[in-house]
Amino acid sequence: MISLVDVTKVFPGMDHPAVDGLSLDIAAGEFVVLVGPSGCGKTTTLKMINRIIEPSSGEIWVDGVAATETPAFELRRGIGYVIQQIGLFPHRTIAENIGTVPELLGWDRPRIAERIEDLVVRVGLDPAMLGRYPSELSGGQQQRVGVARALAADPPVLLLDEPFGAVDPIVRFQLQEEFLRLQEELSKTVVFVTHDIDEALRMGDRIAILNVGGILEQFDTPENILSGPASEFVADFIGGERGLKRLGLRTVGSVDLTRGPVVDVRSDVETARDAMAQYGTEWVALLDGDRLLGWVWGEDLDGQLTDLEPHSFWVELDPESTLRKALNAVVMTRSRVAVVVEDGIYRGMLGLETIAGEVDQ
Amino acid sequence: MGSPVDAKDGGVMDLFSDVSDFVTDPANWTGMITRTLDHLWISLSATLVAALLILPLALYLAHYRRAEFLATSLVNMGRAIPAFGIIGLALPISLALGLGVGYWPTFVALVALAMPPIFTNTYTGVTGVRRAVVEAARGMGMKDGEVLIRTEIPLAMPLIWTGLRVSAVQVVATATLGAVVGWGGLGRYLIDGFAQGDDAQVLVGAVAVALLALFVDALFAVGERFLPGDQTADRFSSVTA
Repeated sequence: MISLVDVTKVFPGMDHPAVDGLSLDIAAGEFVVLVGPSGCGKTTTLKMINRIIEPSSGEIWVDGVAATETPAFELRRGIGYVIQQIGLFPHRTIAENIGTVPELLGWDRPRIAERIEDLVVRVGLDPAMLGRYPSELSGGQQQRVGVARALAADPPVLLLDEPFGAVDPIVRFQLQEEFLRLQEELSKTVVFVTHDIDEALRMGDRIAILNVGGILEQFDTPENILSGPASEFVADFIGGERGLKRLGLRTVGSVDLTRGPVVDVRSDVETARDAMAQYGTEWVALLDGDRLLGWVWGEDLDGQLTDLEPHSFWVELDPESTLRKALNAVVMTRSRVAVVVEDGIYRGMLGLETIAGEVDQ
Repeated sequence: MGSPVDAKDGGVMDLFSDVSDFVTDPANWTGMITRTLDHLWISLSATLVAALLILPLALYLAHYRRAEFLATSLVNMGRAIPAFGIIGLALPISLALGLGVGYWPTFVALVALAMPPIFTNTYTGVTGVRRAVVEAARGMGMKDGEVLIRTEIPLAMPLIWTGLRVSAVQVVATATLGAVVGWGGLGRYLIDGFAQGDDAQVLVGAVAVALLALFVDALFAVGERFLPGDQTADRFSSVTA
């Protein structure tokens, strides 16, 4: 979908190139993150794709067309663009901002209005905001408008330059989550620039790690980068806690869960004791059908299980939770396991061994 | 008209009563109305022609970030050259072109005087628009003209408007000098008043010019409220005006 072939950019008056002979191939529907320290040319690279910056040499292909062969305005109308400073038009309403590209493309009014209504909901904004001006919105809301504006004409390609850099960590996390959800629906070809390796690992299908001067150090999936950094620079850049970061990439749903010491609440005490013995625990979890009621100490087992008051599990995970979150649950609970529940139905549990095994592989 | 001898010998109270006599004498009314309208007309037409001449150039140079030195030096030049000097320069040019004395040298001088504030305000306004907004506009696929018309001009509008306002007020005040090169307008009262030693007439002329300047200023102040868009918006990258 996007190809960079031996692209170099030397800014006038600079001795060293900002980007030096960079080649990248990005497939349709792929989410690629460009990451690296300042001066690595990641933003320059991004801006050469929509020709905000003209390359000094090399070729850039977008959707089978050479970028430099197309008039810049035409190329850009087919590429969504989001920047860190957002750059909403302060004199135009939210609706007018979102409708910018459709208007440039000459869509008729009803079609533009319909598109705006649809997008504003998709990016999680209140349609009542459409008549307001950007200065009346919070930073997070403004960036949602920025994303909606970029998506307005349904371009196949999206370029995002540190889009969530200017908002606080909580809003940033929300925006990341929402953007990933949106991307799952839309499957755009995304090029995303950040200096934050954790953001890169969270968001990207593949990550291009760039070194100062626009040198490509490694271009691979987050999993492969974490398990096999290509150079010392990459290892340094991804930092310590590589194991934990890998756990952050895997979901609980992707590993084999064990049934665990679990019995139906209508079973007798003997069955419960057998389950405990089988798993070597001093506690047993109680189920009502598929529903997890909680757990009880083995020494409290007496008479009817239904008479006991089970302790609830402190953390219940769902299959979408990361293994990192599961590890946290394991170390935080007395039972030393993380239980997994999906839509109220008990799925199983996992302990330290299972989690550690995933990093070993 | 009051007698020159009276005005010279009389005190302040006499001056006021002479002014009152002048203003209430129906024989002077037609002249006052004509001169005010002439004054207003030459001021507005000169400002308008100056804007039509200089705005496109200022917008073009600002959009492409050309001639930044010119932009900063022009305002100082405008301040340094006295209006009287411009009229003095315009007179021989007007005579050489066969346009004679009176209206044309005055008009040319006023147009020249009106241009620098419009130019610098427009230039500063357009170049001061937040870079991110302009980059976003380009990134959306706006052509140069679209960036200018849809983004830069509307955002620079408050500053452009201020430039027009400053020019117009300055032109109203300076059009008074037209009387020196034989044109009418409210300046006649000052020139004639001085010539005849008629202080009342001088005062009437001076006050009339001042009131007209305030009136024009007020018109622009009212007009500013009708500029489109969110006027509280965060338009500029830094304080530029």
